[in-house]
Amino acid sequence: MIEIKDIYKTFGDNDVLKGITATFQTGKNNLIIGGSGSGKTTLLKCIVGLHEPTKGQVFFEDQNFTDMDFTERVPIRTQIGMLFQNSALFDSMTVEENIMFPLNLFTNQSKSEKQERANFCLERVNLKDKNKLYPAELSGGMKKRVGIARALSMQPKFLFVDEPNSGLDPKTSILIDDLIQELTTEYDMTTVVVTHDMNSVMGIGDHIIFLHQGQKWWEGSNKEIAHTDNKELNDFVFASKFMQAAKEKL
Amino acid sequence: MFQSLGKYILLLRLSFKKPEKFSVYWGEVMREMVSVGIGSLGIISIISLFIGAATTIQVAFQLSSPLVPRSIAGSISRDSNILEFSPTISSLVLAGRVGSNFASNIGTMRVTEQIDALEIMGVNAPGYLISPKILASITMIPLLVIISICLGITGGYIACLITGTITPADYLMGVNDGFDGLTVRVALVKAFVFGFIIASICSYQGFYTKGGALEVGQSATAGVVYSCVWILFADLMITSLML
Repeated sequence: MIEIKDIYKTFGDNDVLKGITATFQTGKNNLIIGGSGSGKTTLLKCIVGLHEPTKGQVFFEDQNFTDMDFTERVPIRTQIGMLFQNSALFDSMTVEENIMFPLNLFTNQSKSEKQERANFCLERVNLKDKNKLYPAELSGGMKKRVGIARALSMQPKFLFVDEPNSGLDPKTSILIDDLIQELTTEYDMTTVVVTHDMNSVMGIGDHIIFLHQGQKWWEGSNKEIAHTDNKELNDFVFASKFMQAAKEKL
Repeated sequence: MFQSLGKYILLLRLSFKKPEKFSVYWGEVMREMVSVGIGSLGIISIISLFIGAATTIQVAFQLSSPLVPRSIAGSISRDSNILEFSPTISSLVLAGRVGSNFASNIGTMRVTEQIDALEIMGVNAPGYLISPKILASITMIPLLVIISICLGITGGYIACLITGTITPADYLMGVNDGFDGLTVRVALVKAFVFGFIIASICSYQGFYTKGGALEVGQSATAGVVYSCVWILFADLMITSLML
């Protein structure tokens, strides 16, 4: 479980996050949604420690992550897997080396054990036999799956995903969403996904937080979102005619 | 300016924190050594040969007096190569070749979130990315400078053979005459310091890149320019302190 308490983040005179409090439950897909510039990615970066919150605290299973220094955070960080918007694979390494990288640094496994783990992770994301390819040789969807495989390599308790569907076709997007959902249930992880993709919201949103102008505007599940009377959320989710028609049918 | 200096010092301090796993870092050091050393050997060889040859011809031309022994051109050419051309000119060229590579490599990793990925994993990103580059530069650039000195003197000899400005025998006599080991020590100190300047400044520029591809190019340019200025300043300081 991850708890965030009263998170504020300011860049110069720009207040990006204004007192966000939330709890992300284990075994669920927790979605952070909102329009561009609403502070979704900033919130995600504050949670994982890439940004330090101006005010507020983040707890990973009751451990105060915000007050820890870099070294104290390492044990928690080895339990975190993250898929970045552009996958952030290391260009100079092969797919296998990318997945083995955290194992090389933080475990004492033999080379064959690490290769076995890398193969297992690749098989889990349906990318068998792609071990020796470089990231530049992969499609966008494959890169995302390798990113997920790398995130899984250390058997994380917490999975963070930033815009998993950006730049992907609808079919691949659904594949990635399904994969995230399966893995969350299978490994009982606390998964936090930042997205503005409505298919993801409706498909895997066990718990959704809607951010608007840096504040938590709404909280609920994908089942509740269709029946909300929150104007800003309705404007965001049902912006397209297709979604409006879908809502009327509901 | 003071803010940048503070950030630079803090980054260097982080770069030399205890590594998570020595073997992984050692692999990176070896990889960077090959890139800096073997990768730069060609350009350094060409530059050294031509500069050595041109220097010898020019010195011989300027000392074409019956009162000055012809062999003196060999001595002047040798000392110029050892003290200035090999360490300084080579380092300025290496700032362009190696430094821009460091800055653009780290800058690209920054804008494509690869550095964020390292930090999420709990890796000390400055340590993993910058310390191997600094270690590779401060070891390989002195070696390249020694090779450059040898090739510069060889270039002078070839120029004597081809042009006949002075006889090869006079040139060799001048090269052997009055050799002082201090000049080589000065050259190696310069190479060590210049190697540190190139790696640290260019890595710093790359590490704090913000934006996209355009900014990566700007970081590489800034890294090379600042490195060159600091190399020239350090050259003056070391020369005045040691000679």
